[in-house]
Amino acid sequence: MLGQVLSAFQTVIIGVGMCILYFWGTNWVLDRLLGSDASSVKNDGLRTAIRPWIFLAPALFFLSLYLIYPVFATLWLSFNDNSGQNFVGLSNFIWALGDSNFQQSVFNNLLWLIIVPAGATIFGLIVAVMADRLWWGNIAKSLIFMPMAISFVGASVIWKFVYDYRSGDSEQIGILNAIITGLGMEPQVWLQIPFWNNFFLMVILIWIQTGFAMVILSAALRGIPEETLEAARIDGANDLQIFFGIMIPQIFGTVIVVWTTITIVVLKVFDIVLAMTNGQWDTQVLANLMFDWLTRGVDFGRSSTIALVIMIAVLPIMIWNIREANKEEGTR
Amino acid sequence: MADISLAQPTAQNPSFFAKLDWSKLATHAVLLLLVIVWTLPTAGLLVSSIRDKDQLTVSGWWSALTTTERTGGGRTAAADAQTFVDGQWVIQGNLFSEDEQGRTISRFGLTNKSFDETPAGASVTPKAGGDLTVFANGDYRWTSETEFDFSRGQRVLYVAEIPPRFTLENYSEVLTSEGIDRSFINSFTVTIPATIIPILIAAFAAYALAWMQFPGRGYLVAIVVGLLVVPLQMSLIPILQLYNGVAPLFGVEAKSYLGIWLAHTGFGLPLAIYLLRNYMASLPKEIMESARMDGASHFKIFTTMVLPLSFPALASFAIFQFLWVWNDLLVATVFLGAGDNELVLTGRLRELIGSRGDNWEILTSGAFISIIVPLIVFFSLQRYFVRGLLAGSVKGG
Repeated sequence: MLGQVLSAFQTVIIGVGMCILYFWGTNWVLDRLLGSDASSVKNDGLRTAIRPWIFLAPALFFLSLYLIYPVFATLWLSFNDNSGQNFVGLSNFIWALGDSNFQQSVFNNLLWLIIVPAGATIFGLIVAVMADRLWWGNIAKSLIFMPMAISFVGASVIWKFVYDYRSGDSEQIGILNAIITGLGMEPQVWLQIPFWNNFFLMVILIWIQTGFAMVILSAALRGIPEETLEAARIDGANDLQIFFGIMIPQIFGTVIVVWTTITIVVLKVFDIVLAMTNGQWDTQVLANLMFDWLTRGVDFGRSSTIALVIMIAVLPIMIWNIREANKEEGTR
Repeated sequence: MADISLAQPTAQNPSFFAKLDWSKLATHAVLLLLVIVWTLPTAGLLVSSIRDKDQLTVSGWWSALTTTERTGGGRTAAADAQTFVDGQWVIQGNLFSEDEQGRTISRFGLTNKSFDETPAGASVTPKAGGDLTVFANGDYRWTSETEFDFSRGQRVLYVAEIPPRFTLENYSEVLTSEGIDRSFINSFTVTIPATIIPILIAAFAAYALAWMQFPGRGYLVAIVVGLLVVPLQMSLIPILQLYNGVAPLFGVEAKSYLGIWLAHTGFGLPLAIYLLRNYMASLPKEIMESARMDGASHFKIFTTMVLPLSFPALASFAIFQFLWVWNDLLVATVFLGAGDNELVLTGRLRELIGSRGDNWEILTSGAFISIIVPLIVFFSLQRYFVRGLLAGSVKGG
């Protein structure tokens, strides 16, 4: 155990040391080989041309190996069988279209994609607007932000406890069922009510992501010029009119950014479903289905196919992001 | 008429005051409600984790401070403990064990049927004869005219008020017998190198992308922005295959700490480069240019000026990466084994949900141990975290 910790620290030291050695060493070599002793204009130009790539090389290596190459490899694997070695054409895709679990996952993912970004953004906006007007607003923000730090598995345990169900006459120890029975209704096995159980899982992600939306939107709200708001107030606009007529249009760009960011989180999250229901009772989503085929089914072909579907869903947002970034680059 | 006369003395401008108060009050109320809804689940977890595990299963955590009424049982001493006092045989003592002290018996009985029939302070007649009196504090006194003759103590069932009991037993249990302690170390083992190594690599690349002129720079920036959103799911299988193929060549296991450190480095780089580049690009141009004029090389400018100035951005990313790696389940499950020496906290917690799903004392304390480190990091460094969040998403994705 101690050896393991030591090896971790050793790795940090070796890793950082190697980085320093690499950057310092290559720079030294570059200066030596094309040094100022032979300082012709040509050498100088050559150095300027090479140096950026020295700075970039390790990063490019990691990005290519761990992110770019896998995209193409996964694309290729989706045309292969479970071992990932025999070409089978489109049969994985045909399988997916006909598979009831896959269809269920796509349907559920669509639900998630509509509800979670909307829920988190709306709650985040409400908190952001309200907290700025109250003296204890910062404390409130901090508390609502807190779930951001909790892992999806940890959050699942927290909410499993909220949804806990006791059969028979025993006292309910899950707070939701305690409230329900307190109101005189029958306790429910929340996670096993088909269709609606999806929403009980989405609540967890909304709970986590609201803090994110709140922070970003709060910053955007503060960016609205005070004169604009003042002018509206003088013109006799009430709070609601100011909110819908001025605040929302002013921060609309930020709302879109928050929305798309949470959309991507939704597409990637599998931990919540895995820990809460593992896809039972009609709660499967694509990311967990992919995980299931990878770890339990050990089918590289099908697993890659599902991953590819997630990638395709992300693609529009990716393209939009790149466009926005390029626009910004242009104005600089 | 009556309305006006009532309203006038209270305020000169009633509509203004009434309106102000109501909207303020509503804001307070709504925000308070939201805060309560957002914190209650976590509070429930924390409170439950320090409750007595028997109380935890029979009453909600919100009633943790109230006494609960429950049935319990104890056994009197056997006949060999009897003494002869004032002309009668007596056995006396207390029904409660050390842990159970503090309970208050309201009713008692001797069988499963009659356990709540006799009020505390009254007496019953056991099979062995005599009068058995049980008092509220658990003391009992069993008297008889004839000498007792039985080998095993009389069982007494009771209904008692049990005071709330808070304990750290649940924590010591998960730490010692559920392997959480080992997983805690494993999580640190994964997280620390995976947080530190990408920073340096990213910082150099970010500097090049921010301050060096070279062909293709725009494309590289675009690629980094694009890679920000690539789902990890795309990377898992090819990298797994790669590890499976490469590891045997070096005679090591395919699932190893080295593998996951490198994987997390790769997966964290796009955000790191993006955050750092944005920050570095916003540093004042004049400083860079005057340093260049003085003949400082890029390497020198980077190490002596840009790196120290970029500390806030470096801290932001470090927090992000720390939280993300610590909380990660996907990468750890795929690239690390499930043995005791490699299973991280999230993986352990997932396993506990499966195997100990009904043992809430285990799950709550285990979950709390797994979230305490990120919570500390989060609350102590919230400022940097928020700054990173803003830099990372207002502009792109």
